[in-house]
Amino acid sequence: MAVRTLSQMDAYAGAPEKKYTLYMLMLGFIALMVGTLFGPLQSFNYGGLDLYPFLKPVFQNYYQGLTLHGVLNAIIFTQLFGQAIMVYLPARELGLRPNMTLAWVSFWMALIGLLIAALPLLANAASVLYTFYPPLKAHWAFYLGAALFVLSSYVSIYLALEMWARWRKAHPGQITPLVTYMSVTYWLMWLLASLGLVVEVALFLIPWSLGLLDGVDPLLMRTLFWYTGHPIVYFWLLPAYALAYTTLPRLAGGKLISDPLARLVFLLFLLFSVPVGFHHQFADPGIAPYWKFIHTILTMMVAVPSLITAFTIAASLENAGRNNGGKGLLGWIAALPWNNPTVLAFLLGFLAFIPGGAGGIVNASFNLNQNIHNTVWIPGHFHLQVGTLVTMAAMGTAFWLVPHLTGKPLVARGMALASQWLWFIGMFIMTFALHWMGFLYAVPRRSHIAGSPIAMEAYRESAAWMVLNIVAGVILLIAAILFFYVLYATALQSRREPSQVMAEVPFTEVLSKAEGSSLAQLTERVWFWFGIALLLVVLAYGPVLFQMFTHMNPVPGVRLW
Amino acid sequence: MDENVHVIERYERAWIVFGLGMIAVFIVLIGYLMIANRGTIPISAGRVDATQVRSAGDFANPRVEQVGNEYVVYVQAFAFGYLPTEIRVKAGRKVTFNITSPDAQHGFQIERTNINPQVIPGEVVQVSHVFRTPGEYRIICNEYCGIGHANMVSKIIVEP
Ligand code: HEM
Ligand SMILES: [Cu+2]
Ligand SMILES: [Cu+2]
Repeated sequence: MAVRTLSQMDAYAGAPEKKYTLYMLMLGFIALMVGTLFGPLQSFNYGGLDLYPFLKPVFQNYYQGLTLHGVLNAIIFTQLFGQAIMVYLPARELGLRPNMTLAWVSFWMALIGLLIAALPLLANAASVLYTFYPPLKAHWAFYLGAALFVLSSYVSIYLALEMWARWRKAHPGQITPLVTYMSVTYWLMWLLASLGLVVEVALFLIPWSLGLLDGVDPLLMRTLFWYTGHPIVYFWLLPAYALAYTTLPRLAGGKLISDPLARLVFLLFLLFSVPVGFHHQFADPGIAPYWKFIHTILTMMVAVPSLITAFTIAASLENAGRNNGGKGLLGWIAALPWNNPTVLAFLLGFLAFIPGGAGGIVNASFNLNQNIHNTVWIPGHFHLQVGTLVTMAAMGTAFWLVPHLTGKPLVARGMALASQWLWFIGMFIMTFALHWMGFLYAVPRRSHIAGSPIAMEAYRESAAWMVLNIVAGVILLIAAILFFYVLYATALQSRREPSQVMAEVPFTEVLSKAEGSSLAQLTERVWFWFGIALLLVVLAYGPVLFQMFTHMNPVPGVRLW
Repeated sequence: MDENVHVIERYERAWIVFGLGMIAVFIVLIGYLMIANRGTIPISAGRVDATQVRSAGDFANPRVEQVGNEYVVYVQAFAFGYLPTEIRVKAGRKVTFNITSPDAQHGFQIERTNINPQVIPGEVVQVSHVFRTPGEYRIICNEYCGIGHANMVSKIIVEP
């Protein structure tokens, strides 16, 4: 992997892409902070403790808060983190500068889109949750702002592909460097994946909210939504994977086991991320069971790259632990640098990913899904994935990336470590409780149960589990306060000490290299594989979507909050 | 350790094969269960005009109908409740639910069963179930449908 020396640390003039990356990153973390604010309140809700009456003058109801939580954490924060990492890392690896004008265009699109969507959200005019299923109808500004925000990622696609093309021209016949390969496949996957959402919002929801359409077909809207809604989770996850593959082994003191397998993983995500959306529609009428079964099979396939990742990352960490002097069956674990907040964040995040992945296989298994669909099992599951692994990977990366970008050393390292332990413990307790409440007592998700005597009576048998939610909420609140203190104290201090920060992106070395590997050669034909991915999507979605588009049954919108 | 890379790759291949094997087993099991429990899979039982649901057709008259030894139930899931407000059936008989909504999307999860369809305006969703054990079963709306969502709980009484 080509590692280039960086330009001047203290002046962004030498490296304007650093400033861009920092802005994307910090905007994302601000979104995370505001979104996360509601997290503990939601945990308390599922503990039977209702604090929402106290928020009344500012926030009108539980669902307004939940919409903010979902949108800011799962859409805004995750996308901005992807735009920061998956443009900056290839730029550093290739030693190239992205087109800075367009980079700033993407930043401003994201910021303006965010602000436009924020207005109706804060005015309680768009409390439709982050899935905005019609016929619940939000203010037009919500859809318009969200569209502008998502379209900002298309600029990032261009930025990454353009750098790749420039590099290829200068290095004919060479294999694309690893991070760049990951970035290219990641952005192509997103290009394909985002189409559903773009069609839904641009062709239907915006005209509908502006009054140009009387109604929309809710089933078609769900189908378009979940066309994007599944791969979007890989859009969230893969920046964390890219960092885990290409920086974590080095930070932990070892090397990545295999470069070609890492490419294979990203290629499999490109191929299988999209044609699986019906596993979010197992409960829907209007989609034939055999189509659901086909998507089940494809969903199982998309578990494979994560299974490979589990092995490669674990083996790379073992390599690190043994390099650090760890002996015996488990000694290498103790020998990992647990006192490095970045490594700690990844280790704990991946630990949570094990039950998270197992739960994902349960959700994908049709009959098991019928038991837990739309119960709190589901938020239990995805807080292990996105709420723990992805978020902790981002927090952990911020611990070196913000210093690297700004030249300002990390402050309060002890607090950084504590924040990661507490986040992990809090998430573990909360997700454990949510899984069981959903599975055993059918407690529904997205429900203001603490504000409803009927609901508290209906779910009273889960009282013991509810206590755990309150405990977890308190722990997570403390974890969040510690983390954001460290983040802002680091970024806002006036001290710049370039000698104390990581001067270069800590790209790892690899044991099994790409050069000479036939697997790497095979994965290198990116456009061919993109064509295959497209074909898979057409096969898995084409007939159903054609049928739905030609038989629409529009219904009028409602506002019930 | 670094020299062991080929040994590691052998283990990794074994792991991938193991993973694929597990997945194959899961897929076969799912396929089998989908056929064995066919009735619990939500299917489409036609479409309606959502604006007419309250005033015309089967759902304007929500009811439990006995057809031979079985039941057919027409349910209106609305913001924020279910009609009929109480469903009574006898244990051991097949109950087929037809459900639709006149307003937003809703859920229709019957606790302790595999019945959990999505209720979508304009679509009639059909599922069926045989209640083996008498007793009360809660019906829970598990799809966010507005400010009264948490209150949207009803019940089925299964008589011996
Ligand atoms: C302090 C940390 C957090 C806590 C205590 C927390 C708690 C919760 C709870 C209890 C729910 C379920 C609410 C309901 O269904 O009514 C929820 C929903 C959700 N959370 Fe979190 N969360 C936290 C952080 C995060 C993070 C970091 C992310 C993503 C990056 C995230 C993403 C989501 C999403 C997407 C939903 C679903 C929203 C919906 O159903 O519309 N959360 N959260
Ligand atoms: Cu409902
Ligand atoms: Cu509801």
